[in-house]
Amino acid sequence: MAKLHEELIQVNNLKKYFRISRKSVLKAVDDVSFSIKKGETLGLVGESGCGKSTCGRTVVGLYDATGGSVLYEGKDVHRLKKDEKLQFKKNAQYIFQDPYASLDPRMTIGDIIGEGMDVHQMHSNEKERTARIHELLELVGLNPEHAVRYPHELSGGQRQRVGIARALAVEPEFIVCDEPISALDVSIQAQIVNLLIELQENLDLTYLFISHDLSMVKHISNRVAVMYLGVIVELASSEELYKNALHPYTKALMSAIPVPDPDVESSRERIILPGDVPSPINPPPGCKFQGRCKYAMPICKEKTPELVDQGDGHFVACYLHNK
Amino acid sequence: MDKILDVKNLGVSFHTYAGEVKAVRGINFYLNRGEALALVGESGCGKTVTAKSLMCLNPMPPAEIKDGSSIEYNGQEVLEMSKDELRAFRGAEISMVFQDPMTSLNPTMKIGDQIAESLTTHMKLNKKEALDKAVQMLERVGIPEAEERINSYPHEFSGGMRQRVMIAIALACNPRILIADEPTTALDVTIQAQVLELLKELQNEMGTSIILVTHDLGVVANFADRIHVMYAGKIVEKGTTRDIFYRGEHPYTWALLSSVPDLYAENRKKLYSLEGTPPDLLLPLEGCPFASRCKYCMQICREKMPPKTDINESHSVSCWLKHPSAPKVEKPHILRRDV
Repeated sequence: MAKLHEELIQVNNLKKYFRISRKSVLKAVDDVSFSIKKGETLGLVGESGCGKSTCGRTVVGLYDATGGSVLYEGKDVHRLKKDEKLQFKKNAQYIFQDPYASLDPRMTIGDIIGEGMDVHQMHSNEKERTARIHELLELVGLNPEHAVRYPHELSGGQRQRVGIARALAVEPEFIVCDEPISALDVSIQAQIVNLLIELQENLDLTYLFISHDLSMVKHISNRVAVMYLGVIVELASSEELYKNALHPYTKALMSAIPVPDPDVESSRERIILPGDVPSPINPPPGCKFQGRCKYAMPICKEKTPELVDQGDGHFVACYLHNK
Repeated sequence: MDKILDVKNLGVSFHTYAGEVKAVRGINFYLNRGEALALVGESGCGKTVTAKSLMCLNPMPPAEIKDGSSIEYNGQEVLEMSKDELRAFRGAEISMVFQDPMTSLNPTMKIGDQIAESLTTHMKLNKKEALDKAVQMLERVGIPEAEERINSYPHEFSGGMRQRVMIAIALACNPRILIADEPTTALDVTIQAQVLELLKELQNEMGTSIILVTHDLGVVANFADRIHVMYAGKIVEKGTTRDIFYRGEHPYTWALLSSVPDLYAENRKKLYSLEGTPPDLLLPLEGCPFASRCKYCMQICREKMPPKTDINESHSVSCWLKHPSAPKVEKPHILRRDV
């Protein structure tokens, strides 16, 4: 693994709002800051609709930011010149959640993987292109003969491997994995996670791993950020987060993970959160979690807690801990 | 306990252009009154087809129920019911919650009308009574402001709420059996916990028997009374929840258990993963269907289907390893705790 010192990506006070109508604004990502070091995996967890995918998409420039900045090797991703932008898009790739919807059904697997290589002119002739596609297919554990097939002929796990091969085709440094395993069976999830870890070690990749499944995120990540309604509520190394979660939301998320053990399950106390994630349209002031939090205090409704370091890089945004 | 549902030698095939796909290959199981049974297996193992057959929901053709299959509900043969009998049976006696709450609700109908539909059909209520009952059901499944929400459309609901609506529809006529086909797969973990909790509560309260179909063994640990593990259209192991989790005997059960990620495992250690894919159900199966992926595979496994071995009254397994002359293998550590 690469040494974990250089910061590859720095996200500063990133905001992404969507205007719904004249009066309402959907604050999908609301003032989020974090950094990712070279060779590191940062996990981003949270429930559906908490803004984690929007955050990932804004980081690689698929969305323009409403405010704040994303620095990739010191350069603002949203203010790149044309040729710099092309270079950045080669360096930063994206693996999408749904392996059924993210592959063009009318293209062969070979063309899906080769498309990015064509754009970045990474081969000088057809022979080289085919050889590279075959190499990539083998790298992700598929057969070279899959190159002439179409997406509908493959299973979900195989399709996700194609998605990974497509991302790797342009030799990126940084990959956003947006729920790459949530559409797959448990037994196939392990295969894909193993593959991602192996590729990271061999190719020196940096990941932003987005998921709602804490147990997988814990497994693959060096550090984990927990998101709720557009803000990061806790950020810590994955070991620390699982041993010593501080935010009530993180605790609830962890207790919701089913344990494959009837005795443990029946004796364990489960924190069941009431209700759903509230709407991010025109959110009230204060802590975003206070409506579902059983420890909510008067101050939680007035002011948004800040992300404060509790020591050893364990950040939490909660008045229970920010004395 | 008495059996409410008894399935014998159920076989289901689909006739496709490529040939006959034998999705379910002669399975036997029963369901007791008030019990929760889990059918567990990977995608394509036939668990959904089995669940749908119980209500005769597989479109025929292409589906075909094999001769000699029998599904008895309270002593009545489901497979011999007429169209009208089936219509009265579905919804009132047995009903189903589907996997995908996004696509299984009608997007052009109000939520209240969708719940009321089965009430007017089965319980012969008038529109007003049915809508009142719909409000009650929505309250029962924990949707706030139910009285206003019955006038909403599905797109105004989140995934977890839609799944609650599905449960409300399924339970509206107070059926004896509820089939839940991957009810939480499309949901977040926190919502998954809510929905499972709700199903459990309703089961205790209404005395409904539940068949839970899932690919995730983690989900069933605290839910099911008994578990049947399916592979390639067959049930390879049956047992109580404790039998399966602590004394599982089939290598496939071990593989499923090992692939549930462990929160307390060392970080970034290689996760256990079951290599290969299930066999092509178009081809005739010789020997044990799991043989090609099984690390304990022996010569005989490739040649002959293993017979069912009873370990005790509730626990049985189909694996050649249980044969007296088979070598003794060490079970993976995940099971050893209880030994």
